[in-house]
Amino acid sequence: QDNRISIWSAGDLGNAGLNGEYHGEPHLLCDIQHNGDVMDMQFLDQERIVVASSTGTVTIFRHHQNNQTLSANHRWEKAHYHVDQDTSCGGAACTGVVCNNPEIVTVGEDGRINLFRADQKDAVRTIDNADSSTLHAVTFLRTTEILTVNSIGQLKIWDLRQQRNEPSQIFSLAGDRVPLHCVDRHPNQQHIVATGGQDGMLSIWDIRQGTMPVSLLNAHEAEMWEVHFHPSDPDHLFTCSEDGSLWHWDTSTNVSEKPSFLHQGGRSTAYLSHSTINQSVVSAWLSNDPTKDRMEITNLIPNQTLSVNSLDVLGPCLVYGTDAEAIYVNRQLFA
Amino acid sequence: APLTDTVPPQVVPGADSSSRQLCFAWGPAEVLVCETLFGRADEGEAGAAARALTDSVAGTEDRAPSSSRVFVVRRDQDIYIQTLRKLFNESHGIFMGLQRSEEELAGKSRKAQLVQVSKNYRSVIRACMEDMHQAAVSTRDPALQSQYSTQVSILSAMELIWNLCEILFVEAATAGPLLLRLLDWVRLHVCDVDSMVREVLSSESPSKHKLFWNVVDVFVLQGRMEEAQHLLSKEASANPTSMNMYKILDDLMKKMPVPSLSNTQTLTELELKWQHWHEECQRYLQDGTFASNPHMESICKILLGDEDAILEKKELMTTWYHFLVTRLLYSHPTVKPMELRFYAQSSMDLFLGGESSPEPLDMILMAAFEFEMHQVIKECSIVLSNWWFVAHLTDLLDHCKLLQSHNLYFGSNMREFLLLEYASGLFSHHSLWQLGVDYFDHCPEYGRVYLELHIERIPLSTEQKALKVLRICEQRQMHEQVRSICKIMAMKALRNNRLGSALSWSIRAKDAAFATLISDRFLKDYCERGCFSDLDLIDNLGPSMLLSDRLTFLGKYREFHRLYGEKRFPEAARLLLTLMTAHIAPCSFWMTLLTDALPLLEQKEVIFSAEQTYELMRCLEDLTAGNPDKQKFQDDDIETTKVEMLRLALARNLARVIVKEGTVEGS
Repeated sequence: QDNRISIWSAGDLGNAGLNGEYHGEPHLLCDIQHNGDVMDMQFLDQERIVVASSTGTVTIFRHHQNNQTLSANHRWEKAHYHVDQDTSCGGAACTGVVCNNPEIVTVGEDGRINLFRADQKDAVRTIDNADSSTLHAVTFLRTTEILTVNSIGQLKIWDLRQQRNEPSQIFSLAGDRVPLHCVDRHPNQQHIVATGGQDGMLSIWDIRQGTMPVSLLNAHEAEMWEVHFHPSDPDHLFTCSEDGSLWHWDTSTNVSEKPSFLHQGGRSTAYLSHSTINQSVVSAWLSNDPTKDRMEITNLIPNQTLSVNSLDVLGPCLVYGTDAEAIYVNRQLFA
Repeated sequence: APLTDTVPPQVVPGADSSSRQLCFAWGPAEVLVCETLFGRADEGEAGAAARALTDSVAGTEDRAPSSSRVFVVRRDQDIYIQTLRKLFNESHGIFMGLQRSEEELAGKSRKAQLVQVSKNYRSVIRACMEDMHQAAVSTRDPALQSQYSTQVSILSAMELIWNLCEILFVEAATAGPLLLRLLDWVRLHVCDVDSMVREVLSSESPSKHKLFWNVVDVFVLQGRMEEAQHLLSKEASANPTSMNMYKILDDLMKKMPVPSLSNTQTLTELELKWQHWHEECQRYLQDGTFASNPHMESICKILLGDEDAILEKKELMTTWYHFLVTRLLYSHPTVKPMELRFYAQSSMDLFLGGESSPEPLDMILMAAFEFEMHQVIKECSIVLSNWWFVAHLTDLLDHCKLLQSHNLYFGSNMREFLLLEYASGLFSHHSLWQLGVDYFDHCPEYGRVYLELHIERIPLSTEQKALKVLRICEQRQMHEQVRSICKIMAMKALRNNRLGSALSWSIRAKDAAFATLISDRFLKDYCERGCFSDLDLIDNLGPSMLLSDRLTFLGKYREFHRLYGEKRFPEAARLLLTLMTAHIAPCSFWMTLLTDALPLLEQKEVIFSAEQTYELMRCLEDLTAGNPDKQKFQDDDIETTKVEMLRLALARNLARVIVKEGTVEGS
């Protein structure tokens, strides 16, 4: 198997044509061999990338911008493993990584949570058997608290300041314990959390109250792999799925008044009013007035075939990768 | 004849079949070949066989030191070539688009759609060629470089063949446009002269270049009249004495009637015009207009379709099919598709002239010119090392409704056979197998069976991969495979002590038996350690608790402990009793439950009612009476002590509760 970490240049705005369309394909700047499947990765800072591997190793790569090369900076071998570290024949996959320079938190199929610091050789803290099932994703709630989701449908908050190895709070879905695969927190309002499940359902949670989701939105037809709030424009949410679609959820109130029954738009847009459980104010994600408040949902992929495994969004740019070994860059997201 | 009987024997490099015998075993995508010492001539068969077996297992000891080697023979090496992955992935997208495209479109629009699909395939081949060429140029390893270069020429040949098939079969160009398409085809693919052309054009005074006339000839042979005229004008301005000749030649070239793509003229009109023009050229030639300039004279002869004159320029044409098209341009521009075969055969004979024999590529192209589609596919299958090309081309031709159902001896048609072979090859790749799934989906007869067999053999190295495989199985209602995969994953999780994961897999498969297994594991842990592990799981089972009785019991039992911890004793007591009387608890656990009842019985406050106490006593008697091995039971001190304590506690409780219930409340 030849897996690689690659850095691509998607071109700069200077290349934009007359209508502002983007010309030219992303081109490869540099790459480096990686052992095992890349399960998750995130930029630690401008130059360093943390990568989670299916072998259970967590690696920091450094991108040298002057000569456009990549090198492995630091590696934590067997950060995730099954049973006994010394005798296990293979590690357990590290399924999620999140960074808040210099801290790095990783979770894996072994139900373990690791806290690393970028400059330290050993883990700062390890919570063994934090979960009896696989932890699929992790994200920061606050600088000292993290959120994890697992394969029995639970959302857990962990307080890293406390020494006890128990979550400070556990939330779970109401009905079947459908595994949750991804989690993201609203960039401004820290009590709003979105998770995606194996059945393609998007759940919005208010972690200040209750132990069940505020909204359940029927979205994809298969596993939702990633969910992201837009970092600077959090009225927009993006989800991608095994069914090959990538949805853009728009709750910005600029949406013109439309009748409240289901309306089919031009290219796979649909207006839905979402069912709610709890009363809440403020954010469009949590509010419950079905007549006033509509969400515009658009599938950004015209000819979907294979799974969209991962996406990221920043400013007007959206990038996503599919199982057809293709990467797509959209630089005019809100045009 | 079926395609399979012309497969050449494979030679396994490194295996020396003269000194050792080879034995083999089939795997899902590979063959394991190993050397053995079978068949020593001086011993009986049975003895030799037995010894050979032990030798290959234990290693040779008393024999001459030699090691047995094991070879892995893969059927399809090409799928591991990195640069070809783009080809497989992109063509998969085009293939899916084609399968889903609307069949209701008829006539011209359907044809246009199919031609577009064909062009898409070709552009993918070209993109791949480009990448491969870049790789060949940039690599420093000579072995790799030669491999890449070979790949480039193979891809180039594939595109050549495909392009011709597109013109003749998919587009089915008719007389008139046919020639134009063939001209494009030749211009695109005969590139050996490109560097010469560039050299001459970029020189300061092209007309003085020694290869000037060669380039003019190239343009004329390829029907690129305007470019030829442009170059000739340079010659004319440099050489005023030939001005007259030049003017006439230029005029002839300008006036040459060519078929047009639009319907501005009928074939008959074209033929008439052409006939007149041809006669005009003839007159000029016979008048000796170009006698003083042999180059121009030869050009005029070419314009007249003089075969010898054209054949003189063999090196500029490089291939017989270029010769064919040039011939047609200048002698039969309104050639009909069905007439191509005759011209093709004669062109090849004239061009090769008995000096060299046709190569496989030549035979394939000839078969195409003869409209023998099956022959084209068969020859390509033999020559090419993987099924990509023939599978996709045949599928396209099938969509053009050009292939009659050519039944192979085992019942499926050619398109399906090729797609099955191609997709099977994909399945041996750790990542490209996902593409194979879609191909199997579109093989109506055997696709599903092949998929069922292949999908179970994909190595499931991570949970995410397992989930993808599961999703594929669920979407196709392959319940057996779903159950099997979930069981494998659940067992793996169990062995790694990930009970929550194991439960999650059993829920997905709705596997009650496995859920029972997991629950038993939990209960066993509890009995050994006295406390529950993984409380986060048991406390939050939710509706999945109902998957199996044992799981329900586990959840309820944990609830009992919770109620006890919260000091809600009456509820805890009721629950405990229900667990036994409703037979939710397994018999093996009753003792534990009764023992759990002890602290409740010993409380200051009376918890169990008389009814409940009677029930408990009955349970205890059932338990002790029903035990077959009474002797053992009585000998075990701890057990007997327990039973006695229980009896005592129950009796005392009964006493207290009778008194309590008999007492009149109040003063």
